[in-house]
Amino acid sequence: MTQSVITQAPADGADVAVAASNPRLRWILLAAGLVAALALPWFVYPPVAMDIVALALFAIALDILLGYTGLLSFGHAAFWGSSAYVTGLIATHYGLPFPVAVIGGAVFAMILALPIGYVSVRRSGIYFAMVTLAFAQMVYFIGYQWSDLTGGENGLQGVPRSFFGIEAVETDSFYFYYAALPILLFGMWAAWRIVHSPFGRVLVSIRDNAPRARALGYEVDKYKAVAFVLSAGLTGLAGGVFAISHGFVALTELHWTTSGDVVLMTVLGGIGTLWGGIVGAFLTVMLADYLASSGFHGIDLITGSVFVLVVLLFRRGVWGTVRHQWNSRRRRRTTSGEGTGR
Amino acid sequence: MRAAIRTRALTKVFRGFRAVDEVDLEVREGSVHALVGPNGAGKTTLFNLLTGFLSPTSGTITVLDEDVTGLPPERVARRGVARSFQITSLFDTLTSREHVELALQGHTRHGFRFWRSERLLGRHRARVDELLEQVGLMPLADKQAGLLAYGQKRALELALVLALDPPVMLLDEPTAGMGIEDVDRTIDLVRRLAAGRTVVFVDHNMHVVGSLADRVTVLQQGRILAEGGYDEVRTDERVITAYLGEAEHA
Ligand SMILES: Nc1ncnc2c1ncn2[C@@H]1O[C@H](COP(=O)(O)OP(=O)(O)OP(=O)(O)O)[C@@H](O)[C@H]1O
Ligand SMILES: [Mg+2]
Repeated sequence: MTQSVITQAPADGADVAVAASNPRLRWILLAAGLVAALALPWFVYPPVAMDIVALALFAIALDILLGYTGLLSFGHAAFWGSSAYVTGLIATHYGLPFPVAVIGGAVFAMILALPIGYVSVRRSGIYFAMVTLAFAQMVYFIGYQWSDLTGGENGLQGVPRSFFGIEAVETDSFYFYYAALPILLFGMWAAWRIVHSPFGRVLVSIRDNAPRARALGYEVDKYKAVAFVLSAGLTGLAGGVFAISHGFVALTELHWTTSGDVVLMTVLGGIGTLWGGIVGAFLTVMLADYLASSGFHGIDLITGSVFVLVVLLFRRGVWGTVRHQWNSRRRRRTTSGEGTGR
Repeated sequence: MRAAIRTRALTKVFRGFRAVDEVDLEVREGSVHALVGPNGAGKTTLFNLLTGFLSPTSGTITVLDEDVTGLPPERVARRGVARSFQITSLFDTLTSREHVELALQGHTRHGFRFWRSERLLGRHRARVDELLEQVGLMPLADKQAGLLAYGQKRALELALVLALDPPVMLLDEPTAGMGIEDVDRTIDLVRRLAAGRTVVFVDHNMHVVGSLADRVTVLQQGRILAEGGYDEVRTDERVITAYLGEAEHA
């Protein structure tokens, strides 16, 4: 007596493996990305360019959780914002070079992520999102109440930009961009390293099928917690650079809308693509900037509509869709010669 | 001889429904032990209890004389109990090779190395090839599991358990849905692998049970109905009635 034969239709497999098997394309994309990053402040107002790259790292850091671990954090403003404050405070009170302040902010974000991650990874799905949101709201209220330190609603004003006495960097946001870029690029490289490490492999297995990963001996909650802390650290790098770039930290950096915005950017670029975050951040910032400079008053309405359109038209996000098209063309070319196995 | 698995009055109640009811199971070390019984008898629930996927309502479980009652699945797995799943349970976006690499890494702490390249996993290559060869998946090593056919997924499921190289192997319907040829191949495979291990398996196919099992436990409505050698159990009045009863229902 056997159970009925389940002839499952082949799943619409993801493209990770195929993309990874094309190293030449990867180098070309990497070179193009670097050139674009270096050229950006020539075409875009430098502070806006800085926003794009910082938010891109933010979205990429979130994608480690959302795309590669299957966890939707709705509280990443806590790490972005707290790092912004800590970076600002270090820079203000100790006059240290800004990269040191940024590292301090990122370390703080990771420390904050330890208890938050420890508690929230015990939940999954929508409950995980709710727990992270709740913690982030707590952090927001602390930032709001502790106004002696944070400036409360007025924000943290007059954050200096100290850089080994090199005046061009300290005063001119064009040069500052190039001084801060390596920090953000390092963050992006780190995210790539994490995702394509033995650890990243375990994360993907957890995303695909957590109980199965446990049956193989993996302590799923620990892996999720480590991923959470790493994501928070990279988010902290981005938030710190953002604070220095603006010379000011607004309370909104801790607000839940900031958590929401980065989720939108990640989704817009494509979940589980990592580099999609860059596309998401670029589109979001450029659109908002364009609408703001044209004196238009319904920015959120327009960006919201664009978001809905993109998600409806490109189910995998912008980058994800491009990658999928590319890969399925390749696959079609290669499978015509492949044996059928058994 | 030591018991590989011993349960005492093991019970699982789902909202008043006793899916596993006061089960005293003893699996001898080094034996191949079949667990049979009609649909809904509680076989999979018993497996879930033994591997920590469910915690018992009452009763105890020992594996190789160590108490594992209430341990989470990953801890049970690290104690050397590996299982396969009745409903194929894989990582859809990973290839067959990547699956086996993951399984080989499972009992180490290398999985936390986020600063290293995933190519590190490639050091298991020879072992991975060997395992994929054993289950006949070598030609599909680099195909994503989500794209494999049903029988191939079952084979990969088996490869994962083998990769863990466990002293105790629990296989939940390893031949479910397979054609005759694959069933015979799987029987051969399990027989070869059983050397030096303890195997507990569930199967509805009496040909499989008869060819592999040293001992058979029949479960019905969560209780042990009969136990003994295959021929002994097959001719047992109560077992015949249980199965006939089920056939009449169906
Ligand atoms: N999580 C659960 N919640 C409630 N009832 C459950 C649960 N899991 C199993 N059951 C019930 O427990 C009984 C035993 O189920 P189980 O899956 O263990 O049977 P089985 O012997 O493996 O059957 P099959 O041969 O069909 O695989 C069934 O009646 C099932 O509906
Ligand atoms: Mg079952």
